[in-house]
Amino acid sequence: MSDSLQRTPLYDLHLSLGGRMVPFAGYEMPVQYRAGVMAEHQHTRNAAGLFDVSHMGQAHLHARSGRVEDAALALERLVPADILSLKTGRQRYTQLTDGKGGILDDLMVSRLGDTLILVVNAACKDADLAHIAAALGEDCIVEPLPDRALIAVQGPQAGAVLARLAPSSADMRFMDVAEFEVAGVPCVASRSGYTGEDGFELGMAADGAVRVAEALLAEPEVAPAGLGARDSLRLEAGLCLYGSDIDRGTTPVEGALEWSIQKSRRTGGARAGGFPGADIILEQIADGVSRRRIGIAVEGRAPVRGGARLFADDAGTKPVGHVTSGAFGPTFGGPVAMGYVETAFAATGTPLFAELRGRYLPATVAALPFVAPGFKR
Amino acid sequence: MTVYYTKEHEWLRVEGDVAVVGITAHAAEELGELVFVEAKDEGTEVAQGDSAAVVESVKAASDIYAPVSGTVVGFNAALSDDPSLVNRDPEAEGWILKLRIADAGQLAALLDADAYAALIA
Repeated sequence: MSDSLQRTPLYDLHLSLGGRMVPFAGYEMPVQYRAGVMAEHQHTRNAAGLFDVSHMGQAHLHARSGRVEDAALALERLVPADILSLKTGRQRYTQLTDGKGGILDDLMVSRLGDTLILVVNAACKDADLAHIAAALGEDCIVEPLPDRALIAVQGPQAGAVLARLAPSSADMRFMDVAEFEVAGVPCVASRSGYTGEDGFELGMAADGAVRVAEALLAEPEVAPAGLGARDSLRLEAGLCLYGSDIDRGTTPVEGALEWSIQKSRRTGGARAGGFPGADIILEQIADGVSRRRIGIAVEGRAPVRGGARLFADDAGTKPVGHVTSGAFGPTFGGPVAMGYVETAFAATGTPLFAELRGRYLPATVAALPFVAPGFKR
Repeated sequence: MTVYYTKEHEWLRVEGDVAVVGITAHAAEELGELVFVEAKDEGTEVAQGDSAAVVESVKAASDIYAPVSGTVVGFNAALSDDPSLVNRDPEAEGWILKLRIADAGQLAALLDADAYAALIA
């Protein structure tokens, strides 16, 4: 494997667990362990999976004034979410947008005391942090945290596991953020993740990551899970993969992410607009869009993958959109996909036909998520 | 009964003028649990190297190439309901398709068991 690939602090642990390492976003990451994608997916849905997500970008955002409200207001110049109202100990999902309303990246923003904590996608992290520093540098300091690891523990047993190792975690609800120690290592924890299950993402100094991972893996409910399972889990959960389901060519409204744009940032709100592409995005919220991201359930067992074209008819004469990601959904028990179609074909239940190897397979627009979420609200 | 192998990790067992084709244990291990398998329709003529079947894992689709030219004359129907049979028994019950061999002369260039074992060693 190329020398230029980076490794996370858990690299040796992955190898010892039988991880099959593949290049991903500039890192050598485990696509699966000995159990395999299917078993790791099911174990996460039924018990708890441990994922190394240390490749993701972590950063702190501080206001030069020292006031967290100023950092929040500054960040609102780059994202459409309401950051100012984010209370300490809470997390929110949002996107960095460009002047055309396209999505530069999607990210999680947490507030812990006087600090905003950002978690961004691995492939975008350098560009994101440069963009934020360039745009907000007069008012804010962006502090990248390359020496922090990030470990996700996800699944219906994740809460019980972490309550054993860190009792105060039991008080957290979905999208809460708190600090506590796991195996003697100070962690910043959010009760969130990217699988549709209850669970936590734990950030810690790189030199404590192995201790935390081993403490979690020592619990009987926890098994390691790789990128393969992470992808099928997030797809069943209806969550977007940046670069596949959303990118600079899609807006948050086309991507069906307007739920993440709070009232205060919309037309008529207290701080309406003021983010890149706001004119386009707010107009789309008011007037609608010509295409929308949808879920797609395909009949039969053949998975339909990203890039497959979608048609209104079974002869492939009327194209209405395309698939952006697709796989077999182990919990759903059939092929699951997401994609974009013309808005007239976006209503749940609309029949479609997906092109696969020269055939047109019957499919239906499906409500997302495919699998009911297990969040602790 | 002679079994041949390919560099693309297929095996074929010659039974008269028909080749029973599957993927090797090594390939099945590399692909992970299969969720879908299909072959070209019976009667389809395929040239050596053409895609004759597709196997899909959770993550990806992979072509199975015709190890020799021929006509598709059978598909292992058990795989429609239970594609992971390929993982459990790749070189016997998990066979994928049958080809009526068009040119038996192509067999000579395929690998034998020892050469294939050396390839994946």
